[in-house]
Amino acid sequence: MTGRGVAVVRPGALTTVQDLGRPGYAHLGVVRSGALDPAAVRLVNRLVGNAEGAAVLETTVDGCAVRARCAVTVAVGGAPCPVRVDGRPAAWGTAVRVAAGSVVEAGTAVRGLRAYVAFGGGIEVEPVLGSRSTDLLSGLGPAPLARGAVLPLGTETPVRVPIDVPPWPGPPDALVLRVRLGPRDDWFTPGALRTLATRAYRVSPASNRIGLRLEGPALERAVPGELASEGMVLGAVQVPPDGRPVVFLADHPTTGGYPVVGVVREADLGAAAQAVPGTAVRFVPVR
Amino acid sequence: MSEDLSGAPSTDVRVRVLRVGERALLVELDGGAEAEAFHAEVLRRRAAGVLPAVREVVPAARTVLLDGVTDPDRLAAELPGWEVGPLSARVERVVEVPVRYDGPDLAEVAACWGVSAEEAVRIHTGTGFRVAFCGFAPGFGYLTGLDERYEVPRRATPRTAVPAGSVALAGPYTGVYPRSSPGGWQLIGTTDVVLWDTGRDPAALLSPGTRVRFTAEDAR
Repeated sequence: MTGRGVAVVRPGALTTVQDLGRPGYAHLGVVRSGALDPAAVRLVNRLVGNAEGAAVLETTVDGCAVRARCAVTVAVGGAPCPVRVDGRPAAWGTAVRVAAGSVVEAGTAVRGLRAYVAFGGGIEVEPVLGSRSTDLLSGLGPAPLARGAVLPLGTETPVRVPIDVPPWPGPPDALVLRVRLGPRDDWFTPGALRTLATRAYRVSPASNRIGLRLEGPALERAVPGELASEGMVLGAVQVPPDGRPVVFLADHPTTGGYPVVGVVREADLGAAAQAVPGTAVRFVPVR
Repeated sequence: MSEDLSGAPSTDVRVRVLRVGERALLVELDGGAEAEAFHAEVLRRRAAGVLPAVREVVPAARTVLLDGVTDPDRLAAELPGWEVGPLSARVERVVEVPVRYDGPDLAEVAACWGVSAEEAVRIHTGTGFRVAFCGFAPGFGYLTGLDERYEVPRRATPRTAVPAGSVALAGPYTGVYPRSSPGGWQLIGTTDVVLWDTGRDPAALLSPGTRVRFTAEDAR
């Protein structure tokens, strides 16, 4: 209505619209979705004067580029990457004022995987069940970005409290995941639980928004057979028949039939989403 | 309809409470009927405002997941003491789903039941169903109600594309595909009813606890 918006120039490998997700509908089979690194989203939104849960772009590895159709404040955060406005270097992790017609680009991540691009006013695509997030598992929300697509923006509010030092830990060199055992740790041998607590895993390139897949020693089951499908939570460490744990991220299915040996602390999942394939992973059991 | 679908002694539901991470509890019941009764009790308490804040209540085959619980330790201690009322005491929504019983697996299902195709349709339309839980895709409900002897196996080879609106059976469940997707269930018919529409409120026609009746439409 206001005509505010951005047009996609380069969508990148996978760029989606994400906010803080659509919790509350798991009983209907609706995935939570939402940004994989919510701390980064809160930060970039604050930088441009948005509410923390406004919709932003989540890129994967190689960033994206958009042309602003109006003057707008932009901030790029999450995975550190070169930022350019009309080809000229601009600051990462801070608010940048961009003129109508300018092309804003987030380049390939220097560290980490997922950069977040916030626009003043937020991306105002039509919400679905209270959220603008793209849900890649069940196809709710806007489609992943495609060249030429136009995303509407909301009305900007002035930045009231400028932030000098972004309080963001940055992507990890090695990932330490605190895990609380259960609900199905009794489906595994004592040796498997020892393996989980002591051995090193590596992030598999097959990881995606659904789960962080891990390479490393298989976890041996004490109880054979199938588990009747049960509700799944964010951070669940599900163990499929090959014994390699999968840590459920935002687009995880609402129910599943493989046993969950433990659940990773929610506070550790943002780092998990920024861990590049090959990153060393260690599980630390906590109460 | 006032039949008790639970088939379980309603006040003697044994629960096993498992901790799931920092803020969730998985309540495990002895079977599907008990899980449905327990889920109904959770919803009753939530409606009455006596359930502590819980973000998600996710029933499944024989569990109910309570996620986003403010004080899981306290709720975990409280749950085994709950008295769980019978399912039949609830007044729930009944949804009628008109079906053309023209599915490619109807003959196979009838053969599995040892009856004619016409009799299989009579059995299916004569059964009162209830949505035990949802999963697999938004708006896909797992409906219980068929007698145990009518359980059917999944197809040995799943189909790569099951059309939206397909009415299908697997194990003890009946389901309706909200949209075209791969699937291994036995297809017995088709409905034009829209199962899932995010432009509608509620988006899901079939949510856990909903009663369902299938009626036979003339196949064309």
